[in-house]
Amino acid sequence: MADVITYREAVAEGIAREMRRDTSVVCLGEDIGAAGGVFKTTTGLHEEFGPERVWDTPISEQAIVGAAMGAAMTGRRPVAEIMFSDFLACCWDYLANEIPKVRYMTGGQVTVPLVVRTANGGGLGFGAQHSQATENWALTVPGLKIAAPATPADVVGMMAAAIRSDDPVVFFEHKALLATKGAAPPPGHVVELGRACVVRPGDDVTLVALASMVPLALKAAEVLSGEGIEAEVVDLRCLVPLDAATVLASVCTTSRLVTVEENPYQGGWGATVVSIVADEGFGLLDAPVRRVAAECVPLPFADALEEQVIPTVDKVVMEVLRLAAY
Amino acid sequence: MDAAGLLTAYERMAVIRRTEKAAHDLFLQGLVKGTTHLAAGQEAVAVGASAALRPDDYVFATYRGHHHALARGATPQECLAELMSRATGLCKAKGGSMHLTKAATGMLGSYAIVGSHLPMAVGAAWSARLRGTDQLAVAFFGDGATNIGAFHESLNLAAVWKLPVLFVCENNLYMEYTPIADVTAVPRPAADRAPAYGIPGEVVDGNDVMAVEEAVERLARRARGGDGPAVLEAATYRHFGHSRADPAAYRPAEEVERWLAHDPLDLARGRLAELGVAEATVAEADDRARAVVERAVEAAKAAPPPEPREALADVWADGGAAWRT
Repeated sequence: MADVITYREAVAEGIAREMRRDTSVVCLGEDIGAAGGVFKTTTGLHEEFGPERVWDTPISEQAIVGAAMGAAMTGRRPVAEIMFSDFLACCWDYLANEIPKVRYMTGGQVTVPLVVRTANGGGLGFGAQHSQATENWALTVPGLKIAAPATPADVVGMMAAAIRSDDPVVFFEHKALLATKGAAPPPGHVVELGRACVVRPGDDVTLVALASMVPLALKAAEVLSGEGIEAEVVDLRCLVPLDAATVLASVCTTSRLVTVEENPYQGGWGATVVSIVADEGFGLLDAPVRRVAAECVPLPFADALEEQVIPTVDKVVMEVLRLAAY
Repeated sequence: MDAAGLLTAYERMAVIRRTEKAAHDLFLQGLVKGTTHLAAGQEAVAVGASAALRPDDYVFATYRGHHHALARGATPQECLAELMSRATGLCKAKGGSMHLTKAATGMLGSYAIVGSHLPMAVGAAWSARLRGTDQLAVAFFGDGATNIGAFHESLNLAAVWKLPVLFVCENNLYMEYTPIADVTAVPRPAADRAPAYGIPGEVVDGNDVMAVEEAVERLARRARGGDGPAVLEAATYRHFGHSRADPAAYRPAEEVERWLAHDPLDLARGRLAELGVAEATVAEADDRARAVVERAVEAAKAAPPPEPREALADVWADGGAAWRT
């Protein structure tokens, strides 16, 4: 394996590693077989594992996720692809009502070890129905684990943890990161779900980010460093389990908190993070918290408009400078 | 189905009928909260199908699912305790009437979002195929479910993948309060849709337990043999309203009368007589059914409520509910 792989290759690599070690892992989704997926994130799986492990489906999101659920309840570990995260709305009953509830409402009689993978987020100019960051939708539902990796190594490691998890995991693959490159992880690489990572140390302000907002926050941190402000960047990695302890520990050092979210401000995940810090870490803060999140509008098509809506390096820098002046 | 098999089926139907009556009475006594969707009148669909299934097959049912849970191994005591919010309930009092489940005997749940479980049954059948078994999955659903997208996605996917799954519609003529005929483009809401997906669609007298058993047995054999899914539409009728809140005043009196005269237990009793089973033998089965349900009611009443800590258990596979560090 190459020393450097793309995020896109890491998705297929992560799935392939688990399919090799566990024959109960099976994939289904639209165009994922011989076509290798519309984002080429399942390239090679059909060739290596064949049509009995990698199944092309019709455009039937309810059937895809519902069948994954039925198979998960009866001894398989399905990895279902929903092509764009916007399409989760077409099968939301399964994400909101069926998969996260069935174990609880049966008093623990069944488990649902499945992964729903989906391409999430903006930055590629796909317009309002193919560009949303929808990770906050899943965060409204108790009973779902939520993973959103930022690097190729994390894609592989978190995919391993997600597929091995006996709980349902929604796995958000960020479209704007697919072409990014990073170190290839060693064999057996597993990143436990619910472990955030401090990806840049700093003493002056904590930037909490997820998925494509992580490299964006790192760029902002470099700019801020030039202004004499050292930002600590926390890659949250997962929304559930939420590693609040790592965030609180960082705020303990920096006394200032900014969340960097691609989902809309209204109902965005940062609100949950901020509420925990307000509740349990109020005494640590020397300034108000700030949330840099998407504007509360549908995603527009034109680049010039899209960048008005979702966070940019400049927006993060500006917010932090304001906060530093507080 | 021979005389002995029919007698067993009759007794199961009698247990279900009495359990449903007990659920109704307990509700009126204030011992069952929320709502119930009773299946009295539809017993033959569950019992007939169950007689044709193997213990390792999978069943998925709806919020009107007491009869399926009871037909697939749940006891009246477990079911009534669940309805009465007792710790000994089938789902530890976390499910209630609409979610009766007994996974250990292949009864993989009752789902209260109409039609949602059809894709799950497709997935269980897919899983059986992936594991190389010849298990079957059966989804039972009402006529109302045939107008929801998941029904159509399921029939198509099951047909394309040629999966061992049966779609059994309990057509009781009403989607909740509205005649199904008023809101459906074809006369047979389930069976008439099957040809569009290239699979068999049959109609059976859903109150005739022997006819249901015969049809399910035949379609099951076909599906296990690799010939793919089928739709079976069982014509039946509910004795109660849609739910506790519904007195079913919208149903014409002569229609109700006609269907009550075509009661599944009466039909089975008539068949037993034709097969030479003594009236006393049938009466003994009735007595046993009565005794089982009476004991179940008493045991459920005597059972404790759930421990409060149960509210925070069973979200995750580790038994807990922790969502953050």
